[in-house]
Amino acid sequence: MGMTITEKILAAHCGRDRVAPGELIKARVDLALANDITAPIAIAEFNKIGVARVFDRDRIALIPDHFTPNKDIRSAEQAQIMRQFARRYQITHYYEIGRMGIEHCLLPQEGLTLPGDLIIGADSHTCTYGALGAFATGVGSTDLAAAMATGEVWLRVPETVKVVFKGANWQPWVGGKDLILYLIGRIGVDGALYQALEFTGEAVAALSLEGRLTMANMAIEAGAKNGIFTPDEKTRSYVEGRAKRPYKFYESDKNARYSRVLELDSGAIEPQVAFPHLPENARPISEVGTVQIDQAVIGSCTNGRIEDLREAAAVLKGKKIDPRVRLIVIPGTQEIYRQALTEGLIEIFIEAGAAVSTPTCGPCLGGHMGVLAGGEKAVSTTNRNFAGRMGHPESEIYLSGPAVAAASAILGRLGGPGEVE
Amino acid sequence: MIITGRVWKFSDDIDTDAIIPARYLNTSDPAELAGHCMEDADPDFSKKVKPGDIIVAGKNFGCGSSREHAPLAIKGAEIEAVVAASFARIFYRNAFNIGLPIFESPDAAAGIREGDRIRIDSAGGLIYNLTLDEEYRATAIPPFMAEILAAGGLINQIRRQVKDNV
Repeated sequence: MGMTITEKILAAHCGRDRVAPGELIKARVDLALANDITAPIAIAEFNKIGVARVFDRDRIALIPDHFTPNKDIRSAEQAQIMRQFARRYQITHYYEIGRMGIEHCLLPQEGLTLPGDLIIGADSHTCTYGALGAFATGVGSTDLAAAMATGEVWLRVPETVKVVFKGANWQPWVGGKDLILYLIGRIGVDGALYQALEFTGEAVAALSLEGRLTMANMAIEAGAKNGIFTPDEKTRSYVEGRAKRPYKFYESDKNARYSRVLELDSGAIEPQVAFPHLPENARPISEVGTVQIDQAVIGSCTNGRIEDLREAAAVLKGKKIDPRVRLIVIPGTQEIYRQALTEGLIEIFIEAGAAVSTPTCGPCLGGHMGVLAGGEKAVSTTNRNFAGRMGHPESEIYLSGPAVAAASAILGRLGGPGEVE
Repeated sequence: MIITGRVWKFSDDIDTDAIIPARYLNTSDPAELAGHCMEDADPDFSKKVKPGDIIVAGKNFGCGSSREHAPLAIKGAEIEAVVAASFARIFYRNAFNIGLPIFESPDAAAGIREGDRIRIDSAGGLIYNLTLDEEYRATAIPPFMAEILAAGGLINQIRRQVKDNV
């Protein structure tokens, strides 16, 4: 019996030829990461272990991105705990405000998450790096503390669900976000619980690396342990010149075993909107009805990359947003921000009436930079629309890709880019 | 371990933003987090809940964020255990790692009502409803996870390993 790409990477990281679903393994970690919310607990737990040093100061990444630039005194103190730890243990990959980015936009850009890697992060969207052909999964702070001390993590080898996106004859304005929202709509928020999601088919082969990062990012929203793509020439050209370490391409054997195989017709997928309060409430744009919006957010670890900003700018160019709408655009990293400036995208956003922010997770989790009042509705390119996620428990979030969010900001209601052309 | 307590019942897909909203994540003090436990699912929960109570919920409890603040808030509220039809995987790991007893049982989640008194026998994986006189079976805890619980959480276990290696 053959192995899946997920099984091969896990086997390689526990010094074995093969592993099978259900087995518990102790695996070597290539990179362990945390942010300003999860690191303080991890640091407190790390200190209890009583080791003199971290397992490898080059293989830990600490990124202040959630409540930064510090939103209040207590958040500043949380960020301070992480900063002091990074200095004390000489953590190589600590990123200060002005040089940072949203963790899952930043680390691939910096060549720290690579094909064949095993990556854990104290952030549920750590699964993003599966886009590069890595095994990457979110853990809690205590797991991260143990990994910072030992360089290892205990994992249960997951079963794999294979998703085949057939055909590359996409409808206009359909991107990675629409494919993943459509899939979650089909299988539900626990449709891949404890399992790996392996994305295959002509559509994902044709999809850009950035579109794949968007899809892998939301594997967790189907309950998956990891989402993964087979690395290809697009992967190679993305990591070449960025990679800080050697990397290795793995792929699933033809006779690998899957717990389920799901085939989807990509050509039938319209731009999607996930209605409150679960990502599984996905609807095609043609069926959204009339929903007035108060705010639109374009950014986050899901859709804060340059391609996302280009897509939004293509819709917004020469247009003004509805006077009742607040549009907030958040480039994912400083590099993306500068690229958007160079390409004139920031000017398009400001001309349209948008606020452009320094990189931060900010509004995605109701932290700052766009918190909603009771009764308000937002369309957002982020990844979760749980009740209260972006602020007041009685506010509402509608998830979409950048083109729909930009078009909705112009229309003042949910709508697709076709309506504003 | 035998756990007996009164039940607070919650629905399917209770996410970590409902268990502890992000607006309170500028602290990691369990006692302070406990004051906002389950706030966006039931705003009065922290006032009503008593030490020793038990949460029973539907499927996919703890979905969403990796925030360990979620099981810490529940533990901080002195809730003895959580029973659910299923758990999201990061919450599941986190609960064991910090020593919050959790039990997976679709039958218990379906049968138990708010206000019922239940008794959980963790070793036997049995949940007995004292109010309805019904018994439900919980999924067996994998031996590896049981070892973490027995060690008093993951950090205690790692600390022991590190000491042995020196």
